[in-house]
Amino acid sequence: MNGLLQRYAGVVGDDVIEHLLSLAKPLAGLRVVHVNSTRVGGGVAEILNKMVPFMQELGLAATWEVITGDETFFACTKTFHNALQGFAVMPTAGQLRSYEQTNAHNAERLRSVLADAEIVVIHDPQPAPLLGFVPERRGLWIWRCHIDLSRPHRPVWKYLLPHVVGYDASIFSLADFARRLPHPCYLIPPSIDPLAEKNIELEASEIADVRRQFNLDPDRFLVTQVSRFDRFKDPLGVIQAYRLVKSYVPGLQLVLAGGEATDDPEGAVVLEEVLAAAERDPDVRILLLPADAHRTINALQRASDLILQKSTREGFGLTVTEGLWKGKPVIGGNVGGIRLQVHDHQTGFLVDTPEGAALRMRYLLSHREIRERMGRTARVFVLENFLLTRHLLEYLALFHGLRKGQDDRIEVA
Amino acid sequence: MSPFDARANPTPGKLPESFCVMDCAALARTTGYSAQSLRELRDALLEVDVASIYYHFWGGLLRPALDDPEYMNDFAVWVGRQLRDQVLAERLAMIDAAAQPTLEDLRSELVELCDDRLDTLESPLWVNRDRAFYFLSARLVVIPTGRFIHAPAELPAALSHFSRGSIFYHFVDARRRREDGRDDLRAWVEDHDGGASAPIAARLAAVDPFQGSLVQLKRQVINAIEAGLQEVSR
Repeated sequence: MNGLLQRYAGVVGDDVIEHLLSLAKPLAGLRVVHVNSTRVGGGVAEILNKMVPFMQELGLAATWEVITGDETFFACTKTFHNALQGFAVMPTAGQLRSYEQTNAHNAERLRSVLADAEIVVIHDPQPAPLLGFVPERRGLWIWRCHIDLSRPHRPVWKYLLPHVVGYDASIFSLADFARRLPHPCYLIPPSIDPLAEKNIELEASEIADVRRQFNLDPDRFLVTQVSRFDRFKDPLGVIQAYRLVKSYVPGLQLVLAGGEATDDPEGAVVLEEVLAAAERDPDVRILLLPADAHRTINALQRASDLILQKSTREGFGLTVTEGLWKGKPVIGGNVGGIRLQVHDHQTGFLVDTPEGAALRMRYLLSHREIRERMGRTARVFVLENFLLTRHLLEYLALFHGLRKGQDDRIEVA
Repeated sequence: MSPFDARANPTPGKLPESFCVMDCAALARTTGYSAQSLRELRDALLEVDVASIYYHFWGGLLRPALDDPEYMNDFAVWVGRQLRDQVLAERLAMIDAAAQPTLEDLRSELVELCDDRLDTLESPLWVNRDRAFYFLSARLVVIPTGRFIHAPAELPAALSHFSRGSIFYHFVDARRRREDGRDDLRAWVEDHDGGASAPIAARLAAVDPFQGSLVQLKRQVINAIEAGLQEVSR
């Protein structure tokens, strides 16, 4: 076992790595190409940064290609992203032309790699049309959709559909996110990387430094929500819940940590509302952190007694996974992938209202042993289900499955 | 016919020689069927491939889950937690799926319980779309681990290294895969040494694989084998 595999074995155990090696052995040398639209930033790039080297260590000839495009192309794909999540927006005709031309140019640039690959994994809608521009392809092509497609703006979905129907299979994160397509649709939840800065174990001194940096009292309770300032994350509901609990737990501190103001005008409006709702309460910290403040986020989560993710709409909710991994119970909105992770009385509580969040916060803050027991359960739950190694295992199983036709039982020699 | 209902697969342990430890991974996939009401659930149950019924009874064991599931099949979980019909949830949870001769029989039992409940309800039970039941199925990818067990005495130590996939394959999947309905380990022990390990086999036969998580099942199996080994050594 080499260095990378050994480091992961240190977290997940030798048996899990051996399982991966067994699955990977018959796939040795398999030419796998992942394609997305950015090398840095965003969840997909974050996953591929780890997934591709891991596949290589397991013996697959895995590579990662990134398509390039101009501003018009990315304006188009940003509009797709919003529309697929339900907003009634449509790219202009010029943007759609750019989308198709950009994919045509990238197909030319990547033609030999894509045509020769045995497995091509296309991530999200940005590079989806590549399939149509590589008719001489020899391998199996998978469309990996990380977006919730449960309520797309129909004109946009109608436009994109012809670009994805030709794939051999699709992958969605949750059943609710999938759409009916004329090929097999597999379900593979995302994962977190236990060795990433955001999740790695930290020294107590580093956590203490972050507490000092934000003037957080280690002797008083701290609850934290990490998320964008977005209405669907319900930061105002979190503040309301905090106020309801504050009268019972006077020393309670709240951190709402999100990214710095972006080009999203809605985000700036929500942030203003949050600041107003906090009313300069000295125990409420509204933190705008840079995109690369992974260790700071990590330390804040570890410094907390509870993690909140009171979303009213959510994708998978990887911030929930991160909180659980740090051994913290999570009080989460009863939506999306949070339901898969938060189990009442076991890893936290699902709630539908600020009052529900307050009720559960008060309960958990009053019961240290229960908090600690839930935290232990939460960490094991993530260890067994939502780490990169499980994600990789499902990819390997899928590669076997695709290469063996459509049988429900696949025996790997 | 779904291979999930197949009874002809060869035993993975090369009896009477060493036991070959297998592992498996389930690839969940959508079926296109979903339900937002009890009637839709019942109608989909009539049409969906039996592989999906298998998945919602047993395949779920390989999904992210905790050690203390309230109900042991997804239909009961959804009816109880989302439709909030405890009466039907309890009845669905009490179905002895392992006792049904085929998955078609299991389908009939499910439909019968839903029909019975629909006949007595005054108003329809339904949920919003974001709480719908999605019928899934799974492809099972089976791989040899390269590990072998040569004698019953090695079992407790070997089992402690079994992954959830190995437990599922040898103790849950085996009961449907094998014609005789035994789990793989019991079959190997029973066929291994002409009855000398009969106490181990008897204790394995008493393990109910459908009353907890795979982690709990692993503990049960280890306990059963340790108790059986003690009896053998007396």
